[in-house]
Amino acid sequence: MSERKHRTVRPRRITHLVLMLGGLLMVFPFLWQLSMSLSTQAEVTSVPPTWLPSEPQWGNYPAVFEQVPFLNQFLTTVAVTVARVVGQLLLCALAGYAFARMTFPGKNVLFALVLSILMVPYQIYLIPQYDIIQELGWLNTVAGIAAPGIFSAFGTFLMRQHYMGMPRSLEEAARLDGASPWRTFWQIMFPLSGPALSAVAILTALASWNDLMWPLIVATYDDRTTLAVGLSTLQGQFTTDYPVMMAASFMAMLPLMILFIVLQRHVVAGLAHSGMKG
Amino acid sequence: MNHDAPRRHRSRDGAWPLVFLAPLMIGVIVFYFWPILATFLNSFSSFGPFGDRSFAGLENYRTMLTDSFIPRAVLNTAVYTAIVLLGIPIAVGVASLMNQKGLRLSRFYQVLFFLPAVSMPVAVALVWRMIFNQEFGVVNWALGLLGIEGPYWITSPWWALLAVSIVGLWASLPLAIIILSAGLQGIPSELYEAAQLDGAGSLQQFRSVTVPLLTPSIFFLSIITAINGFQLFDLLFAMMGQANPAMADTQSLVYLFYSEAFRQNDQGYASVIALLILLIIGVFTLLQFRMQRKWVHYE
Repeated sequence: MSERKHRTVRPRRITHLVLMLGGLLMVFPFLWQLSMSLSTQAEVTSVPPTWLPSEPQWGNYPAVFEQVPFLNQFLTTVAVTVARVVGQLLLCALAGYAFARMTFPGKNVLFALVLSILMVPYQIYLIPQYDIIQELGWLNTVAGIAAPGIFSAFGTFLMRQHYMGMPRSLEEAARLDGASPWRTFWQIMFPLSGPALSAVAILTALASWNDLMWPLIVATYDDRTTLAVGLSTLQGQFTTDYPVMMAASFMAMLPLMILFIVLQRHVVAGLAHSGMKG
Repeated sequence: MNHDAPRRHRSRDGAWPLVFLAPLMIGVIVFYFWPILATFLNSFSSFGPFGDRSFAGLENYRTMLTDSFIPRAVLNTAVYTAIVLLGIPIAVGVASLMNQKGLRLSRFYQVLFFLPAVSMPVAVALVWRMIFNQEFGVVNWALGLLGIEGPYWITSPWWALLAVSIVGLWASLPLAIIILSAGLQGIPSELYEAAQLDGAGSLQQFRSVTVPLLTPSIFFLSIITAINGFQLFDLLFAMMGQANPAMADTQSLVYLFYSEAFRQNDQGYASVIALLILLIIGVFTLLQFRMQRKWVHYE
């Protein structure tokens, strides 16, 4: 008995050791970033490394706002993310519902065409999308950065799957009462779509907040672009001011990170969905 | 698909499908269907300095065959993808450790391994750039402790590619662990009990129960990891910087596409590169599906 107990305790200790060390390796960049963001330039560039600042340099954070249009970029990023999330939730839910529940000629072909978008790498779309945004005069605007990302094949797919799995009896009753499909959808089906909507919202928010390539090409003005683009061009300008760069990058990802740690369970479920994208 | 009484519905739905679908479809046609056609047409065009276009036949395709940057970019992208794929076995190990029944602190570990998934690639790339700095970076300091003189990571092509690949692997782990954890939770515990009764130790259980039953998840994961790998851009762009002289030898296919399309403004040639990316991803995915019969176990 005591021998068997011994045998099960031993591996657990190794398990914890491996997971602890591995986990530390995973979060080390974030801790290091935080530490550097509060250090002086001399501490950041010292050899051997100075693990913790001797005195936290809180001033590095306000300095970000003086050196780069951080606030503008932050607001732009928020606006683009909100536009994409709200737009996708509405459009994908509507279309997903139609694909799941309505009957019309060519439905399956149309759905297959929409899904085929997912199999094509986005470089194929990028140049013509840019041309369209330019034609519309939307370069360097929130509308231009948000526009193509509002229309999502993947979100439509997720919403359709969700509506396929809901019992038909729900809307039959409403229809018998004479409610139009529009009213049935908004009053009965949409409010019951919580889990699917949250998956779409999480994946969209993440993709939109972190997106680099698209805003990089359509929003080239420093004060009208997103945080990701602002950060990516930072190092050329401020190679000498590492702590401020670290403070900027830390602040850029903090809001989404906090939000997602709070919503951890939903995010894990949402990301598990994202696998289906392949 | 279940169409109970499709005929009955047809009359009642009337024009409603149009109302529900039009908002999405307008955007999809403008921003996705039309661009596919336009890129195809662009690949046969050459563009003047003022955006004026003319028919160029196969010239862009011919250019690609003689462009020495293309094979290098394909190689760089393949090396990156191969290294990131090495993260899958690591993730299998971590996920199976993390999903042991009744493991204390498992929620805590989940947060640790999950953080990179919600972080901004550009922001972490800047941190990693510091970590790999040749003079004061943590990596070269640690190598120095071992008596090894660390390389110039960010400015020498192969070392830079290795550094970017390591970061890519680190960044790909959370999603892999999440997908594999879902797979692990789907393995019925009776199988482990049966294996235990047969006298299988934990390592043997891992080999003969966990891994075979996980192969569908691993297969699926290897496809999305490879597709993501072929899309290497953000990390490379932010870690290296556009002005980096080593970029020409480190660039990925997507970076080459970006620089041809939006730096050189050669949209015709860039369209050919985009089509090449489509071709490579398509062929690779097809090959993986072909090969799955040999190693993926479906119940």
